[in-house]
Amino acid sequence: MTKINDFVVRFANVNGTGSASANALFTRAVFRMGVPVTPKNIFPSNIQGLPTWYEVRVSEKGYLGRREGVDLVVAVNPQSMKKDYADVLPGGYFVFDSSKPLPPGYDREDIEHIAIPLMELANAEYTDARQRQLFKNIIYIGALVTLFDIEFAVIEQLISEQFRGKERLIEPNIKALSIGKQWVLDNMNPETFSLSVERRDLLKGKILYNGNSACALGAIYGGATVAAWYPITPSTSVVDAFSKYAGKYRVDAETGRNNYAIVQAEDELAAIGMVMGASWNGARSFTATSGPGVSLMSEFLGLGYFAEIPTVLIDVQRTGPSTGMPTRTQQSDLLSTAYASHGDTKHPLLLPATPKECFEMTAMAFDLTERLQTPVIVVTDLDLGMNDHITDELTWDDSKVYDRGKVLSAEQLDTIYGDANNNGGPSSQGEGQLTAFNGRFGRYLDVDGDGIPFRTIPGTHPSRGAFTTRGSSRDEYAIYTEDGAAYKRNVDRLALKFDTAKELVPQPEFIAAGQRGSTSEVSKNSKDGIIYFGTSTYAAMEALEMFEREEIHIDAMRPRAFPFGKAFTEFVASHDRIFVVEQNRDAQFRSLMLIELGIASSERRVSPTGLSDKLIPVLNYDGTPITADNIYRQVKEAFL
Amino acid sequence: MTYLRSKFRHPSLPKNDLGYTVAHYEGNLSTLCAGCGHDSINASIVEACWELNIEPHKVAKLSGIGCSSKSPAYFLSNSHGFNSVHGRMPSVATGAYLANRDLIYFGVSGDGDTASIGMGQFVHAIRRNLKMVYLVMNNGCYGLTKGQDSATADLGSKSKAGSVNPFEAIDLAGMAIELGATFVAQSFSGDKEQLVPLMKAAMLHNGFALLNVISPCVTFNNNPGSTKAYDYVREHMEVAALVDFVPISSEIRATYEAGNVQDLLMHDGSTIYLHKLAKDWDPNDRLSAITALHNARKRQEVLTGLLYINEDSTDLHSTLNTSERPLNQLEQAALCPGSEALAALNKALH
Repeated sequence: MTKINDFVVRFANVNGTGSASANALFTRAVFRMGVPVTPKNIFPSNIQGLPTWYEVRVSEKGYLGRREGVDLVVAVNPQSMKKDYADVLPGGYFVFDSSKPLPPGYDREDIEHIAIPLMELANAEYTDARQRQLFKNIIYIGALVTLFDIEFAVIEQLISEQFRGKERLIEPNIKALSIGKQWVLDNMNPETFSLSVERRDLLKGKILYNGNSACALGAIYGGATVAAWYPITPSTSVVDAFSKYAGKYRVDAETGRNNYAIVQAEDELAAIGMVMGASWNGARSFTATSGPGVSLMSEFLGLGYFAEIPTVLIDVQRTGPSTGMPTRTQQSDLLSTAYASHGDTKHPLLLPATPKECFEMTAMAFDLTERLQTPVIVVTDLDLGMNDHITDELTWDDSKVYDRGKVLSAEQLDTIYGDANNNGGPSSQGEGQLTAFNGRFGRYLDVDGDGIPFRTIPGTHPSRGAFTTRGSSRDEYAIYTEDGAAYKRNVDRLALKFDTAKELVPQPEFIAAGQRGSTSEVSKNSKDGIIYFGTSTYAAMEALEMFEREEIHIDAMRPRAFPFGKAFTEFVASHDRIFVVEQNRDAQFRSLMLIELGIASSERRVSPTGLSDKLIPVLNYDGTPITADNIYRQVKEAFL
Repeated sequence: MTYLRSKFRHPSLPKNDLGYTVAHYEGNLSTLCAGCGHDSINASIVEACWELNIEPHKVAKLSGIGCSSKSPAYFLSNSHGFNSVHGRMPSVATGAYLANRDLIYFGVSGDGDTASIGMGQFVHAIRRNLKMVYLVMNNGCYGLTKGQDSATADLGSKSKAGSVNPFEAIDLAGMAIELGATFVAQSFSGDKEQLVPLMKAAMLHNGFALLNVISPCVTFNNNPGSTKAYDYVREHMEVAALVDFVPISSEIRATYEAGNVQDLLMHDGSTIYLHKLAKDWDPNDRLSAITALHNARKRQEVLTGLLYINEDSTDLHSTLNTSERPLNQLEQAALCPGSEALAALNKALH
């Protein structure tokens, strides 16, 4: 049986041997053939010597989640070979380096063994030890490309693009590819090989991009000028990319000076402290971290919430708790981000599912955090952040103006105090709002009923608008107070502000049962619903198609942010049974729903009674990205 | 309890060059204990800023947590203040400074806030030579939680309850010099004559300026046997040099005897005249400053004055090659590359 554009290839390597770039080359070659492809890098928390896997799923149907079962494995790591061997599906292929004989036990009859003397081939051509190592990888790529019938010109082109500026490296790489190709032509009959890549044109308007770079670019487009950070996997490449893009887009052509500042902080506490200092002072600022960093940043996040300081935090989740598995993925920081810090504290979360959304939501986070004057956390994960994904081309509307939120200018302060030269200077805030101050600026006065006060930036006015920002209780005029009534007015206003946030954050997307394509209309075609978000999205959508084929109809909702707005609540209220798909052990998103939808409020239509029974967890938490098969199996149980 | 301060000010109060009276630089009424050293320091800050003709809104006040960190509410009410979290003021100051290089950043901390919980951030602010005044109101104890020893309490110092501190003190000034701080001074809250010129110099220094000011806790650490009590500090204070700060605009020249005076030129052209009292000590030499500190400590004395200065200090913005225009004032056009750049980027990702 021939599998055209529908298979999984696994590369099993030793890390630190240069395999990552070789394997990425294979992915990009498939992409250039116009066929949807999804790579997953499953790597160790180590620099050299431990097993690392790179799984590539090729799917003409456009399924971009991870799939179980491997059709071909390139097994060049003796440490993991036994397991890699066992994981090959019947009818699949086991590619190994035959320079040394295989140990006994590799005698499956349901798979084909492809014995390529990789080391011998590399040693015959190259004398330098490092080159032998590196080009061994390129040799197997050359062999695979030939076996899969990928156009050789495509891979040649990729090589020349990759080494632009280092042209002397092009020739030896092409040479290595040719060695692999020649070996296949001399030793195999590619006609009998059952996996192939056929050229298609399915990727118009698509790019291959990773979430961390996309977040960094979003920070550039969103106007971030100050980045403070502390290295931690898997978020480090966010700031690496920000630094790269800033160097490209943010150096003043005339002066050669930087329109940005990046500081590697002494720890995560300092990183977010710097972000808050910069944001308080009117610059757009962000930091990126992962779970352990969120724990350390919690104190400051509480200050940001209570003192109402804009802050953008990008949390690239990894497998917890504690140090956990630092290089594996999970969606397990939902509660620790939503409720980071002591006291009644909560934070808006943005939940991108694609690199394009990483770009858009990070850029948007700067508007939101300044509009809401509260920390906004972009919650991604290792899978989204560090793996390449097929995503729509990025777009930007040049007419868009940054929303700096409620910030008073010197002229507006004069207007409030009735000092002025008041020739009605430029005022972006309504006159009514300024009048509502009644002649005195109050940093924490809610003059227009949305719970969001006006702020002033240090240095604005010689004698008006100064105040002390603090994490202790204060009144509407920012004066320290221990008066219970004033405290209560303040925290009630913060709750109101959180309500305002519900409709400002990105709203959910829905797919009605039996339909293709998402809309913003709450779907109500079925009594059954399913909720998924972030990197569970692709696998869940694939699982939904599996159910449709069996005439099982489920309405879907993909929340894109916390707190939950009206559409979210309506979806929950209008379904009898809802599967909640997420990648953590404790069903944290489900808990978030139980907590938030259960809070007494007149506008919420979901009765907490029965909510717990209605929400059925669908979980994956072994550190690898969730698969459609896994979701299918767990949901199917409920229908048996 | 309500505190009310009279709004009446004498009409003939002198005005500075900006036309402001001292009242324009005052803060809210202090809620610290009567006689607290911190309040004297606050008064010195008010005086220094008024005399230096600083526009109050061009100063940002930053602090952590503790009695000292409440202080920013009690001076410069026309300046923005940020009373942050315990021990984390340096990071907030770093971010604020990155956002706007044109303001003066006046940080106020205490010995708990700096030498214990905040040690990590303190050290790194020095390492980056962050351009700020870092004032430690050092009383050797945790006042706000009722008098526990802090990490700057001297070995053998007696607490109010009578217990003797068994640990060595952390010497903030010595440590700062070791770490490469470019301006390190020590003083005493009760010595306004010395404190005010030091503050002026610190505010104009082009880098990190540490003012470690012994500021007795009148309630919890002013007892016999305490080495941070008023009487003890007065008796054991050794002045390294008499200090006079002369701003760039001023013509006044202090009348110290020739031979003993050292001129130190500040970044902005102002001058500090040091009338040296300590022997074998050079304020431009780290090793000499550290030795002087050690020798004073051996004599159980507190060496005060400007101990060390690097007049050629360069600040964090020059290290980072940041735009002259403050980052918080850059327009969207300078920040957002726009759709054209994005189209090119998309192409590279095909």
